[in-house]
Amino acid sequence: MNDISAIPAPVTQPPTEPYLRLSNLDVTFLAGRAPVHAVNGVDLVVAEGETLALIGESGSGKSVTLRALMRLNPPRRTKVTGEIRVGGRDVMKLDAKALSHFRGGEVAMIFQEPLLALDPVFTVGQQITEAIRRHETISREDARARALSLFERVRIPSPQKRLDTYPHEMSGGMRQRAMIALALACNPKVLLADEPTTALDATVQIQILLLLRELQRELGLSIIFVTHDLGAAVEIADRIAVMYAGRIVEQGSARDIIRNPRHPYTIGLLKSRADGAMVKGTRLEAIPGSPPDLSRMPPGCAFAARCPLAIERCREEVPPLVAQDTGTVARCWRVEETHVLRTGSWSNEAEPALASTR
Amino acid sequence: MAATTATAPTPVPAPTQVDYVAGYWTTVWHRLRRDPVALLAGTVLLLILLMAIFAPWVAPADPYHGTMLRRLRPIGTEGYPLGADELGRDMLSRLIYGARLSLLMGVTPVIIGFFIGSTIGIFAGYAGGWANTLIMRTIDIFYAFPSVLLAVALSGALGAGFGNALLSLTVVFIPPIARIAESVTTQIRSRDFVEAARASGASAFTIVRVHILGNVLGPIFVYATSLISVSMILASGLSFLGLGVRPPEPEWGLMLNTLRTAIYVQPWVAALPGLMIFITSISFNLLSDSLRSAMDIKS
Amino acid sequence: MALDYNADRGGPAQPLLTVRNLVKHFPLKKSWFKERERVYAVDGIDLEVLKGETVGVVGESGCGKSTTARLLMHLIEPDHGDIIFDGEVVGSPELPLREYRRQVQMVFQDSYSSLNPRLTIEASIAFGPQVHGVSNKEALSRTHDLLARVGLDPRRFAERYPHELSGGQRQRVNIARALALQPRLIILDEAVSALDKSVEAQVLNLLMDLKEEFGLTYVFISHDLNVVRYMCDRVLVMYLGKVAEIGPVASVYERSAHPYTTALLSSMPSIDPDNRTQVAPLAGDPPNPISPPSGCRFHTRCKFALPLCSEREPMPRELAPGHRVACHLGDPATGYVVSEARRAPAETVAGLP
Repeated sequence: MNDISAIPAPVTQPPTEPYLRLSNLDVTFLAGRAPVHAVNGVDLVVAEGETLALIGESGSGKSVTLRALMRLNPPRRTKVTGEIRVGGRDVMKLDAKALSHFRGGEVAMIFQEPLLALDPVFTVGQQITEAIRRHETISREDARARALSLFERVRIPSPQKRLDTYPHEMSGGMRQRAMIALALACNPKVLLADEPTTALDATVQIQILLLLRELQRELGLSIIFVTHDLGAAVEIADRIAVMYAGRIVEQGSARDIIRNPRHPYTIGLLKSRADGAMVKGTRLEAIPGSPPDLSRMPPGCAFAARCPLAIERCREEVPPLVAQDTGTVARCWRVEETHVLRTGSWSNEAEPALASTR
Repeated sequence: MAATTATAPTPVPAPTQVDYVAGYWTTVWHRLRRDPVALLAGTVLLLILLMAIFAPWVAPADPYHGTMLRRLRPIGTEGYPLGADELGRDMLSRLIYGARLSLLMGVTPVIIGFFIGSTIGIFAGYAGGWANTLIMRTIDIFYAFPSVLLAVALSGALGAGFGNALLSLTVVFIPPIARIAESVTTQIRSRDFVEAARASGASAFTIVRVHILGNVLGPIFVYATSLISVSMILASGLSFLGLGVRPPEPEWGLMLNTLRTAIYVQPWVAALPGLMIFITSISFNLLSDSLRSAMDIKS
Repeated sequence: MALDYNADRGGPAQPLLTVRNLVKHFPLKKSWFKERERVYAVDGIDLEVLKGETVGVVGESGCGKSTTARLLMHLIEPDHGDIIFDGEVVGSPELPLREYRRQVQMVFQDSYSSLNPRLTIEASIAFGPQVHGVSNKEALSRTHDLLARVGLDPRRFAERYPHELSGGQRQRVNIARALALQPRLIILDEAVSALDKSVEAQVLNLLMDLKEEFGLTYVFISHDLNVVRYMCDRVLVMYLGKVAEIGPVASVYERSAHPYTTALLSSMPSIDPDNRTQVAPLAGDPPNPISPPSGCRFHTRCKFALPLCSEREPMPRELAPGHRVACHLGDPATGYVVSEARRAPAETVAGLP
């Protein structure tokens, strides 16, 4: 069980209750031979006007968490337990009508590939006006005027003309802006971003990241930004949570996570980046092995199989999230000793029991 | 370059569960076996097939022998479990024997069409360019005719008879199969692994044989099986119009024709051949659908 | 594993690959009445790749790097230009295409669609050698050796199917397949882009080891500037079908001469939370290669653009040995000289403390 009080207070001091709180979220997919434990006991809080980056690789459960927040997982095949509170309301208990208002009206989502998320047979203007009119009683002209101002706000050039273009007629960056405009159409308080910049060119990615930062400041949005790119996370987030195999393994302010990572996985991720400081010709510090099969979760720490510091206890018991002196929380039995990994070579320490299954 | 500790790379662990995963077709077979719809449809078809093969032993009476004294008897008459037709012949026996010709007329044109159409389509699909355009637009000319019209026209030109009906039906089915074959081949051809095969210097023929065939024959086959029911119905239609099988041969379509006027007198008996056509067609269709789902392995 | 090298002709001084004025346009099918529009995918590029080096190719959507890869592999025919491999023109009688194909191989980005889903791993890898006449037995034995070499135990992986493997494993298979023909040059078209970061590091290490062991030369296409800096000796920056800049990695990254290169480098997200990017270096999206801007193709987004830039296309000009740039800025012939201080410095990505 996690010690919820161990989660550090968010950077911006909230009133009493953070705007968004996930408690002990568990998501299991039931189709197939064995249940897949996509998310295992995740606790998250996001204050108003704060950005949290959720970092992880494929299979870490980050996208599933996001979808669970809006109850987008297929209900028959998914078992979701735990508490999701947004704006003081329990999302799991919303009835169909309230849920429909909730989606888009309180919480909105932007996706990685706008071409897949936008309807190809309607113009973007039509899609935005339709979204607005579903949530509010408002005339078509007024809705269109709102759409126009949204386009201006997300800095789409020639917004009047662009309202009448189809998604496939727009360039990648503009499509992403259109999708952001669509998401903001009904004035949500929370924006969920599922890898929105992963598929974009570098010069466009930085524009979108800056745009999101600016919109967040202007509108006081809370943003949960899912990505696998540490660089993008640092540009946009106040706090970072690192996920592995459905659990949060480390969480804290962006500064603390980057400068003082405590969890071996976080350290490994930071070290395996090929960035300018690396000396040409040396090997990259790669984490050996691969993530575990989520339908056959090991009894202990999911990272033990790849961790150079793993001991028996790691393989048997799941460590809890524990507050560190740096202000972060980390989930590791040997968290006091992980600093050796930051300077030493990963492979020197490695006695990997490579029992992973992919 | 600076010296690297270039030892053997850390081996990537294999899936610990050493379940020897079967090949593709074996997997398809397993999935079919577990599909209740496929099992039901397959069983029905198997029964009909057996019935057709063993007709002489299964049928209670001679399908050709009839007496006018017993014409148009209802279902359940003594000695005529499913009634008698307009010439007093036992319906049950005629239906059983009729399975032979009807199945033959349904399956044969599709199988021959499958081979011919696939060849044309795969060739056109892989060749691309003007060869593709030439072949496919020629095929389109035939495809533009509604199949019934085309079958009737060809049969009419060739003359009535079982063999001619088979021929015309085969011609009717070649264009749609060729179109599907070309479409699927074009899709596969643009996949990276085909580019990689080209990049290793393989000849076109080798690439088609090794890489293309295995990936396209499946979908084409599924489409073709869905045409079997169409073929049966078309064959019945041809017989109905007097262009296919000629009396007194038992064939379901022909039986529908000759029992047409009896529909006011013995509606149930008159409908029986239609029921057989319906059951067989539906079973083929359901089986083809299940086959398509079983083949759609996206692990 | 015994390796028979294809004969090296010409020694180390001769570039392995020379590309001169390579052009490829794709006609768009519009109505027969309107003039045909074209996609100016690759519009005259020059490139040399020396033996044993790794040349990176970077650029954004529409720059033509994927088309270049396919041109280099001769999977598509160039409209103009020559490709010269170790002194011989590709496609000439001295170097027929089939022979060239043995010596140059490619690893694609999508690890799943690069493998025939109906073939086992070993069948996919052995296909290449078998095509060139290697006996089945020898081909399979080579396959198993290669699988072990890329870190996949042949006993457990040889008879599996692609869908049973993870992305990283599949990419290793693709690398093994590329090596099966014992090539001298391997083109990696975004080969690690689709992989998770931790797996990417493993595969990059593998590529480095293989390069050393087999004496390979790489052309490494990527959008990830960090990886390119790490892996490559020289880098080529493409923009809308043209070469903007080419030179040794250190020079280009630290003293980029072309404004696009500078902007691209400073677009990399900062890893320093105290030093976040405040202004986007470049506005707008990369333009469409169907109707590229006149003159210098970058002039519509360049903050140093002069009227000259929209009229005349800059020719590549040598700045330092091996470092060429195509830009009017700083060209003594145009007299357009701007002081170093005014030019936006390329922000080097801060390393971890």
